[in-house]
Amino acid sequence: MQKRVLLTFTAAAAVAGLLGLGAANAQDTVKISVVGPRTGVMASGAAVTHWPGFKLWAHEINARGGLKLKAGQKKVELIEYDDRSMPGETIKAVERLAAQDKVDFIMPVYGTGYNLAVAPIFAKYGYPQVTQAAVTDQIDALTKRYPTLFFVQGSTTSFATSAINVLKNLKDEGKIGNRVAVVNVADAFGIELANAGRPLFKQAGFEIVYDKSYPLGTQDYAPVIKAAKAANPDAFVAWSYPPDTFGLLEQAKIEGLNVKAYYSAVAVAFPAFLGKYGKAAENVLGAGGIQDSPAIRDYYKRHKEVTGVDADYWGSPIYYSFLQVLQQAFEGVGSMDRKAITAYLKKNKFKTIIGEIDIRNQRLDKYWTVGQWQDGFFHAVAGVGFSEYKPVKLKTGW
Amino acid sequence: MTGGEKRNLIISVLVFLVAALLPLVNNGYWLSIGVSVAMYTVLATSWTLFSGPTNYIALSTAAFFGIGMYIVAAFLDWAPYPVLVLIAGIVGALFAAVIGLATLRIAGVYFVIFTLGLAELVRQIVAWMQHVMGTSSGLYVLISMTDPILYWLLLGLSAIVFLVGWWIGRSRLGFALRIIGNDEVVAEHSGISTARAKVVLFIISSAFASLTGALVAPRWSYVEPTIAFSPFLSFQVVIMALLGGVHRLWGPLLGVIPFTLLWELISANFPAQTTLLLGVAFLLIVYFIPHGVIGLIEDMIRHRHGMLGSVVSTLQRWKSGNA
Repeated sequence: MQKRVLLTFTAAAAVAGLLGLGAANAQDTVKISVVGPRTGVMASGAAVTHWPGFKLWAHEINARGGLKLKAGQKKVELIEYDDRSMPGETIKAVERLAAQDKVDFIMPVYGTGYNLAVAPIFAKYGYPQVTQAAVTDQIDALTKRYPTLFFVQGSTTSFATSAINVLKNLKDEGKIGNRVAVVNVADAFGIELANAGRPLFKQAGFEIVYDKSYPLGTQDYAPVIKAAKAANPDAFVAWSYPPDTFGLLEQAKIEGLNVKAYYSAVAVAFPAFLGKYGKAAENVLGAGGIQDSPAIRDYYKRHKEVTGVDADYWGSPIYYSFLQVLQQAFEGVGSMDRKAITAYLKKNKFKTIIGEIDIRNQRLDKYWTVGQWQDGFFHAVAGVGFSEYKPVKLKTGW
Repeated sequence: MTGGEKRNLIISVLVFLVAALLPLVNNGYWLSIGVSVAMYTVLATSWTLFSGPTNYIALSTAAFFGIGMYIVAAFLDWAPYPVLVLIAGIVGALFAAVIGLATLRIAGVYFVIFTLGLAELVRQIVAWMQHVMGTSSGLYVLISMTDPILYWLLLGLSAIVFLVGWWIGRSRLGFALRIIGNDEVVAEHSGISTARAKVVLFIISSAFASLTGALVAPRWSYVEPTIAFSPFLSFQVVIMALLGGVHRLWGPLLGVIPFTLLWELISANFPAQTTLLLGVAFLLIVYFIPHGVIGLIEDMIRHRHGMLGSVVSTLQRWKSGNA
């Protein structure tokens, strides 16, 4: 009996000892905190886009000796916190980092709702919040409310508008007919895109020959694809989520849904999509897309080498670009003075792997919205604010 | 009112007054912890009002919390916020009445499973309604609610929960519930309308969860189904209440405070192993203090042999129970 009690106290003492260790920190580093989901509903998305981006960035800065600040070169120490996909936890973590730990910098969190939940705290303590993973149609109201908040993703409607424009151009060039089959997942983004899309298809002169939603988590897509095929469409559009993007394409292959344009929203831009479908993925359209360049190709190579996973063709390069922006702002200011950094972001333009970037108006002036797999690269074929895009190719069988 | 009750009342009022001073002392980190503690105090204590005496483990907190959030988020353009908070409580109560009448005749594990599915069911209904009405899935609650105000509101709400709980404990209803918890068949044979008693308590408990959701909505700014109806919330509330102890009204509070602080300590010092260490901590808690913090304290008072002795006697009990 006494032995067991003793054991408990030994364990408690060991835990206490470990807690003490956490307090030690070197002076010559810049402490940068990253809060995001390691567990919970948002974790799988964050594992592709959120965490690897910061890892690569910090690795590269430290490899070249650190951030060049006025007080000399400082290495970056990245400290990661799990918010368990609960906004209450995100709020607590950010508040603790800002008020208690007084860290040098706090990175934006993952997800629209989570970023908006902590926006008041970032604003209160003056940390700039360049949200890489937040999509909203309320950019004007939100940036006015929070002077430290920046948006770098397009609005929901811009994704629907662009996809439909791509099809409209093909139709106007006489490459496809005007019959389109549209399906959507009955959840968040899928519903929004479907609702935004319906009137736009009509305006663009399309006839919607099939329009159906399916619940999130559907396993069998045969009825959806069979019915879509029976409607004999020229183009197929799915406002879809990761699991159904895969399920629908699998079934389209089996049923031989031979449309000239095949679009599926979220997850076509994932490297796993190409990995799974290989040649069948060729000329499939989807949300996202990146303009090809030597700098981008090099980025994908480095990303794989350092983090061990492939970057995607939507969020990942955007994440990295905005870390480049922050790095230039840190070094431009010469210290971690966050108010000065916010001011710097609102005054300057930045050079990144996706080209010159301007967020002076608290939002990104240009971004890509539609991509297409061509020869193993998910090329941007449409967007907002760019002058040139890769020409769209027609889908020729599976 | 007996002398002991008077003393308890005075102590409670003093505790609340001291707690209300927090925003004046610290308006940053500790206040955000305070908000968290106050929120979980309301949720765990109101959960205990129903689940404590009846032994029905309800995992429906997230469903009602989410309903409260959505009432505020969806109708903010049409009605002032305070009115919406009240409506959220009423809608939560009505919904709980319907659910309660339909399900409280089932018992044991069936009830647990049903309540777990409830949050998902409501989430799907909300998504379907948004689909039909063609609204966007994310809703914005952009009214300013500072942390001190939210903290005081939640503290006030928890005071109401305690008052209601105190009143129930003294009433015929509370007596009936304790009998139901001991043996439902006996309760029925004694002429107690068990279904009615359970439904009434379920309604009260759920309405508080909806009110909490409505109060917290502006703090979260943005509401979408996966956020509002997170099943983790339900589990956390149950774990906190059980850690504290469910046989006394103030038991859950003794779970909420150490749990929140322990969680904070672990996630601040071990950011990469939070979930793992929390699991270990939870195992240790279940192993060494199976009757909750309150059981430990009562044991200590009863035997007057200090903290170490309590752990020892708990172990002895545990051992003999398994022998």
